[in-house]
Amino acid sequence: MSGYSILVDTSKCTACRGCQVACKQWNQLPGTVTKNTGSYENPVDLSADTYKTVRFSEGESGNGQPYWFFFTEQCRHCLSPGCMGSAEDDEIVQDEKTGAVVFTDKTKKLKIDTVRSDCPYDIPRQNPKTKVMQKCTMCNDRLNNGMMPACVKSCPTGAMTFGERDKILDACKKRVAELKKTFPQAQAINPDDVRVIYIVKDDPKKYWKFAAGR
Amino acid sequence: MTNHWIDLKNSDCILIMGSNAAANHPISMKWVTRAKEKGGKVISVDPRFTQTSAVADFYTALRSGTDIAFLGGMINYILENEKFFKDYVTNYTNATFLVTDKYKFDDGLFAGYDPEKRAYDKSLWAFQKDEKGIPKRDPEMKDPLCVMQILKKHYSRYTPEKVSEITGTPVEDLKKVYEMYSATGQKDKVGTIMYAMGWTQHTVGVQNIRTMSIIQLLLGNVGMAGGGVNALRGESNVQGSTDQAILFHIWPGYLKMPLASQATLEEYLKQSTPTSADPLSANWWQNYPKYAVSMLKAFFGDKATAENGFGYNWLPKLDVGQNCSWLNLFDAMYDGKIKGFFAWGQNPACSGANSNKVRHALAKLDWLVNVNLFENETGSFWKGPGMDPKKIKTEVFMLPCAASFEKEGSITNSGRWAQWRYKAVNPPGDAKPDGDILYELMVKIKDLYKKEGGKNPEAILNLKWDYDTKGHFDPHKVAKELNGYFLKDVEVAGQKFKKGELVPSFAFLQADGSTSSGNWLHCSSYTEKGNMMARRKSDQSGIGLNPEWAWCWPVNRRILYNRASVDLEGKPWDADRAVIKWVDGKWVGDVPDGPWPPMSDKEKTKYPFIMRPDGVAQIFGSGLNDGPLPEHYEPLECPVPKNLMSSQFINPTIKVFKGEMDKHFTCDPRFPIVGTTYRVTEHWQTGLMTRWQPWLVEAEPQLFVEMSKELAKMRGIENGEKVKVSSARGDVEAVAIVTTRFRPFKLGQLTVHQVGLPWCFGWIQPKDGGDSANLLTPTVGDPNTMIPESKAFMVNVEKIKGGA
Repeated sequence: MSGYSILVDTSKCTACRGCQVACKQWNQLPGTVTKNTGSYENPVDLSADTYKTVRFSEGESGNGQPYWFFFTEQCRHCLSPGCMGSAEDDEIVQDEKTGAVVFTDKTKKLKIDTVRSDCPYDIPRQNPKTKVMQKCTMCNDRLNNGMMPACVKSCPTGAMTFGERDKILDACKKRVAELKKTFPQAQAINPDDVRVIYIVKDDPKKYWKFAAGR
Repeated sequence: MTNHWIDLKNSDCILIMGSNAAANHPISMKWVTRAKEKGGKVISVDPRFTQTSAVADFYTALRSGTDIAFLGGMINYILENEKFFKDYVTNYTNATFLVTDKYKFDDGLFAGYDPEKRAYDKSLWAFQKDEKGIPKRDPEMKDPLCVMQILKKHYSRYTPEKVSEITGTPVEDLKKVYEMYSATGQKDKVGTIMYAMGWTQHTVGVQNIRTMSIIQLLLGNVGMAGGGVNALRGESNVQGSTDQAILFHIWPGYLKMPLASQATLEEYLKQSTPTSADPLSANWWQNYPKYAVSMLKAFFGDKATAENGFGYNWLPKLDVGQNCSWLNLFDAMYDGKIKGFFAWGQNPACSGANSNKVRHALAKLDWLVNVNLFENETGSFWKGPGMDPKKIKTEVFMLPCAASFEKEGSITNSGRWAQWRYKAVNPPGDAKPDGDILYELMVKIKDLYKKEGGKNPEAILNLKWDYDTKGHFDPHKVAKELNGYFLKDVEVAGQKFKKGELVPSFAFLQADGSTSSGNWLHCSSYTEKGNMMARRKSDQSGIGLNPEWAWCWPVNRRILYNRASVDLEGKPWDADRAVIKWVDGKWVGDVPDGPWPPMSDKEKTKYPFIMRPDGVAQIFGSGLNDGPLPEHYEPLECPVPKNLMSSQFINPTIKVFKGEMDKHFTCDPRFPIVGTTYRVTEHWQTGLMTRWQPWLVEAEPQLFVEMSKELAKMRGIENGEKVKVSSARGDVEAVAIVTTRFRPFKLGQLTVHQVGLPWCFGWIQPKDGGDSANLLTPTVGDPNTMIPESKAFMVNVEKIKGGA
């Protein structure tokens, strides 16, 4: 099975945050109480109520011009998920057809510190009340009903695309080659290991500290 | 928009200036991205590096309020380097026209200025005419009085060095933008402009857009796929609201508001209908009487007769020189001259420039009817900050209305597409569609007039008011009324029509009372073939005109001025992106701007710009209040001691308000920083609808102010800290976002700082969200439109003492 993949071409992202809101809407997650911390980025971290947040990162590039990078962070749905390392049974499952990595209610039996540190991207979070662990499901419920993930559906610019993994990998290669003409550092982040593949124009660390893993 | 959203994908170069499209028109970036994928370039010019700049190929900054200097420099570059599209310019614009020797421009003033009235005598900007009354031309464009030479002389003053000292944009950046954009002056290259309130909300707002229009004409980009002049409207149906004349100075379809001096319909029509002596000019507005009379017939039905001037005198008229725009209305309200106010689908306590004045003006009213979805700062002004409810007499009524998904009807988007929408759910509780509220209100008023009488009874009692079905507002009946009916059996242009039939297009409207049309521009939107606005046939082929998706005014023409997209033989300038072409004796493609053959047919042709009496586009325009050519003036409040272009410091034709709440300061050490306002993706206008939505408030919870690192250091401000932003008119508390995306401007020896803040917050909700940035903005407007200057004013930013 090759399953599905999501391609996140950050060079086309405008940080409209349609994906962030669509995620909350489909998963019926509440809006949390936030403050502006001197950035557009909000919520400032993932949580049991936030499976996806857009990271805003700015600085100066070599020519002195500002850059402003946007990184819509979510579970990468690894082919060999680190988070499953401490799972003994079906606390964490990988959907055979879609490839989505899904936390079940049984995750409350697992230790969040272990699961979280087993994830190279620091994605898993725990519901403080129920102790169940939560994260992006790749909208597995939608996928199994012939629909694309809610975040991809909401993306206006085509920064997020979804499809069969082989086709996404092809598209990814082509896009990176195209971008390299203008941005020599352009790259896809760990395309062979993850299903949610990010394309960046520059050093992944400039986007988000765990963009390419710890 | 002369073009439409999808058409952005056809562009080779998209200049996004006066707009942060990525944040405020996020879906537009779908088409901008398509253009980029095909090799198109995107240029972002903005005081601040924005979400749009982040995806642009080139970014540079300018100080707020200096767009004419920036673009004037581009005109200079285009002319000096001969980048203009000569065939287009000579044939389709008035660049060859000769002005009279009365025209002058001296030290920032055009001929005819009267300092007492702060107004021009525009007759001094006229063209020379031959014995037949046709404008004289110099096809070689060498005569010193021809528009091209005047243009050259005027903009030769806008050298890159001078422009840079005004705008703060580095000279090399200016040259880069000029070079990139003027490359579209080739006949098979097209550039477009996406602008929004960043251009309009200035005391030179209209002239900002005029400057770009001149550039687009010089480069031959108007009428072309991927070209045009594109206003990104600030709300989904703003285009519709202007088309239907929710404004003081026009009737629906951009007909003129009558003046008190025009005592009869005949006089009104005579003065409103332009004439042209040139047989090659279509002068489309010669049809004005047909549209005006058809509108009166829609208003008053059988009561409108030739004998009573079709009810012309029942409608209100403006006094000569009277201006009833927003700023003047609220000024009059503040002076206690207005007793009652319907705040309908708006939140002026947050959206109005100088909101403090607006809020205090509301306190002078006897009554206020607040028609809206939610409680808001307007309806609850009496319990807002600094208000003492005990001292306020205003009686406030709240009428809850339906949201867009709770009612049926059309909206018209920026691209002039009128799209029909359906009701998804019923409105909650007592909320009603606006149409129902209006309908019931007028039924009641008519009833009261019948019983008790009142002022101007004919207008009320004779008004045709049959737009209900079983007591409810029926949007189909209104849409059909806007389109118009034949009111008797007639034969027009060889075709027979029966009384009661819908008119197929405005070409069939009549001035004798035999047709009705509530808005001539909407004629052909709802015909005997059905509701054209409800069509949903997607067609992504070619340039993506989608002719059978919804309906577009006028007559479903998707790209305005499209007869300028072809050469004199009717062959597209750009064969790969043809809008129309002349094939076997007829036009194919988009609905052409008139059926006439191309200009090589000198007998039967008409010039392409059919709405202008001269038939060509106006590089030199004599219609605006502040001059025939755009000229740089400083904003009313600015950081510089003088205007480097002339000794006219500010736009000499603006109205300067002098009331106790209309304070403004220039070069005042108390307010040394340029301020501007903008929006964020997550909040809609004043945030009235979005501030109650937890997912959106979570993403943008609080008022913020963005500033450079340099300014923050100077003021000892840390990122994320709450600070006070103040102007001569008010102050707000905001979270500081200290960012490299704002940089100080170097203006010669002077360093100028700028900050910006969104105007989407208000004191009601969310808690600790902050208040409206419009508490800072000034009461001053553009001399043509009176749109407030909310994009350039002066502020101070400081730490809150003892605060954190």
